[in-house]
Amino acid sequence: MTGYEAIIGLEIHAQLKTASKAFCACPTTFGASPNVNVCPICLGHPGTLPVLNRNLVAYAVTLGLATNCQIRRQSTFSRKNYFYADLPKGYQITQYEDPICYGGSVEIETDDGVKRIGITRIHMEEDSGKSIHDLDIDTLVDLNRAGVPLLEIVSEPDIRTAREAYLYLQQLRQTLLYLDICDGNMEEGSLRCDANVSVRKVGETRFGTKTEVKNLNSFRNVEKAIEYEIVRQIEVIESGGKVQQQTMQWDAAKQQTKVMRSKEQAHDYRYFPEPDLGPVVVDDLWKEQLRAALPELGLARKRRFMAAYGLPSYDAAILVDDVAVADYYEEACANLGTADAEAYKAVSNWIMTELLRIMGQQKCGIREAGCTPAQLASLVMAVKNDVISNKTAKDIFPAMLETGKTADVIIEEQGLRQVSDTAAIKLLVDKVLADNPDNLAKYKSGKTNLFGFFVGQVLKASGGSANPGIVSSMMKEALDASDPQ
Amino acid sequence: MITYATDRSDINNGATSCAERTTACLQRIDERASLNAFLHVDADGATAAAAESDERFAAGLARPLEGLVVAVKDNINVAGMPLTCASRMLDGFRPLFDATVVERLRDAGAVIIGKTNMDEFAMGSSNETSAFGAVRNPVDESRVPGGSSGGSAVAVADGMCHVALGSDTGGSIRQPAAFCGTYGLKPTYGRVSRYGLVAFASSLDQIGIFASSLHDTAAVFDVITGHDPMDATSDPGAAGRALDVIASPHASPLRIGVLPRTAIQGCEPAIITAYDEAIERFRTKGAAIIEVALGHEEIWVPTYFILATAEASSNLARFDGVRYGLRAEHTDISDMTTASKTAGFGAEVKRRIMLGTYVLSSGYYDAYYRKAQQARRLISDAYNAVFADVDALFMPTTPTTAFSLGERNADPVTMWLSDYFTVSANIAGIPALSVPFGKDASGLPIGLQLQGALFHDERLMQIASLLES
Repeated sequence: MTGYEAIIGLEIHAQLKTASKAFCACPTTFGASPNVNVCPICLGHPGTLPVLNRNLVAYAVTLGLATNCQIRRQSTFSRKNYFYADLPKGYQITQYEDPICYGGSVEIETDDGVKRIGITRIHMEEDSGKSIHDLDIDTLVDLNRAGVPLLEIVSEPDIRTAREAYLYLQQLRQTLLYLDICDGNMEEGSLRCDANVSVRKVGETRFGTKTEVKNLNSFRNVEKAIEYEIVRQIEVIESGGKVQQQTMQWDAAKQQTKVMRSKEQAHDYRYFPEPDLGPVVVDDLWKEQLRAALPELGLARKRRFMAAYGLPSYDAAILVDDVAVADYYEEACANLGTADAEAYKAVSNWIMTELLRIMGQQKCGIREAGCTPAQLASLVMAVKNDVISNKTAKDIFPAMLETGKTADVIIEEQGLRQVSDTAAIKLLVDKVLADNPDNLAKYKSGKTNLFGFFVGQVLKASGGSANPGIVSSMMKEALDASDPQ
Repeated sequence: MITYATDRSDINNGATSCAERTTACLQRIDERASLNAFLHVDADGATAAAAESDERFAAGLARPLEGLVVAVKDNINVAGMPLTCASRMLDGFRPLFDATVVERLRDAGAVIIGKTNMDEFAMGSSNETSAFGAVRNPVDESRVPGGSSGGSAVAVADGMCHVALGSDTGGSIRQPAAFCGTYGLKPTYGRVSRYGLVAFASSLDQIGIFASSLHDTAAVFDVITGHDPMDATSDPGAAGRALDVIASPHASPLRIGVLPRTAIQGCEPAIITAYDEAIERFRTKGAAIIEVALGHEEIWVPTYFILATAEASSNLARFDGVRYGLRAEHTDISDMTTASKTAGFGAEVKRRIMLGTYVLSSGYYDAYYRKAQQARRLISDAYNAVFADVDALFMPTTPTTAFSLGERNADPVTMWLSDYFTVSANIAGIPALSVPFGKDASGLPIGLQLQGALFHDERLMQIASLLES
């Protein structure tokens, strides 16, 4: 590894959440029965013509603006010609010479700090159908996906490690989710990633021969496949060989890349301008409308969470990763009724420990986890105001989920309000000391670790309602004051 | 030939009926089966539609084209009728929808009588490339009717229908119209929706009209034009108003552009004589005759064949045996595509697909396709410049009258040069109209062509009316 650096660029395909397909009115619903979401147009019947879905353009421009791209005022579609059973027209409508967005960038946060990854281009295109070969009968073709709109996002070769590739992909996915234009589900294929990988000796300025690695259908696979490919290429060079320009496929089962096709077998796609569609025009008015509608994106929100709520980077990153969680967090904080860093952190802790756990177990969103932001805020404030202890809070959390009541109501109903009345606590402290002369003597003789025992006895005697902080300080005072026997 | 305007007034005064006219057309198709003009005749459908039209006439609810008998070139979708493009490739295919033009004609009361023979996938100039046999010229059955819309031209010329739809990619309406003695209009690109027309060369293809009179041409034009949201290249403008324009007085002075002698010297003498006679007729009607040089004539045909074949190679990719049409015996899925195309396409189609694939391929794109795109711009600019000075450009439609069957099959380039006067209008997207004007010594029809500025289709028809005898 040492002495080499890797040069990595990613090509990401994001399937868009438009209601209808790119060039016809068919729905884009995932998971429908095969060949149901089809019409003569997306089946490529003779005489049919494409008509551009305007939302596809709006989504492309939105992503372009969110990734600091230039937006081309006039761009065109091209045909990419190749034969495949699941490509109904024998060509894919895509953009080639003048993509709608170009020259952008995305920031990622690495262990070494913030790094900017350039975006070469973002272009619009249509998806193909699906061929199913692994059945005994024959090849089957499902054209539900044919014509579903995609954005292809091509990065600059700015990525240097598999980890950076992972972070970049994650950052882009988060942006797509924040913009609400893509599901970002790599397993279902709504987000796909190919990687161009080459290596060179450190200090070398020319690029080495690259390979393209395909079939990276999870975040883990992206990282592992790139890692594997880097090592493989270095080994080829170290053993005196030359890296061949090839398309590789990641075999997740064997955890290795294998050759899919060589340079000689590469397709000649015979791109030419799509004569059935006019130029795509994005005027300033439309562009500015789309810019004005951009939401605050993940990284900006994370930085704001750290500044405004005093959260650590770790907390902020986790909270903003899911827009719904971030929204929930802000709503809960607003419900606190006070600006208090400790309470903000407490809200974060509750979400990270309890709510994310429930969401994971029940595979649900945070709004379905059973606790409203107002409920959570009431719980946090009850602890903050010494109405209940942290332990009590943990105990009544399930009751909140079950009943939908606020913490305050449950505390009142169950009489859980903790006692902070020093006179009442003093009586209990004195009683515990009087009831345990032996332990008191041991304490006095140096067994100071019995302090916890005394505090526990007081809390127990109070039925759990005594404020532990006050108990602790009063017990300390009482023990220090009592005469040695 | 029969004209709709005449029949309509006869129907209105009770002298005949839609049913009677339709039956007469069906009989004519039967009697003249040797011409091979039709690939499918829908006698039942046409008879039923005619009966409905008669009811509408009786009820005083006749629509603009009520009872008009229309034949449709077999590369235009008509729901319920087979669609073959005169190819084995589409064996068994029936389209699920009406082309926009067909839908508009039906809504206006037209009777769709059937589908006409053509060159396979509209690739040809003689109608000899049809997988279902050549169409014959009604004047002389040893001669071609022209192509690719030969069946439609013959159907109108021989009285099998009032009007017919064709498609014109490089002259496929105008050349057979000239060879058969009908009017043949290729409208401005975008004025008639292409939705439902099987694409040959998408940037050049345009659906147009064969008719026995200018009036019928105009009446159909007004119905089939106008924006169609299903075709992104469709002009956003409203439907045509050709009937109004041809009936209104000419703006004067009218300026007719004519070609220099050198440009027509390759034409048959009878065509030159007819051309001169027509120019004289324009002059006597008060038109100024202005000789113009377009330039770039030598690149018209090469430019056309590069653009047309490039687009065709992509447009015909979808005929792969996967979803519809012919699926040949095969060993595996990739062989299925190869085997089906090999079995399904005829020689001319294969030739053009290969040519188009070549001009788009890596390393040749710049030398051919990109250069042809640049040439296209030059040709369009030349036309635009000319139309600043003249209202229409006048020239022969073809260098010869109908040639003999088989005469030009040996050499594809000679065949392609038949399109010399017609391809440039498609390259520039401008409207062009072939007007029947006399006959040669053998009685073969002669066609003369008017070309106009973009969107001046109605004006072109108005100018053509000066040539009506």
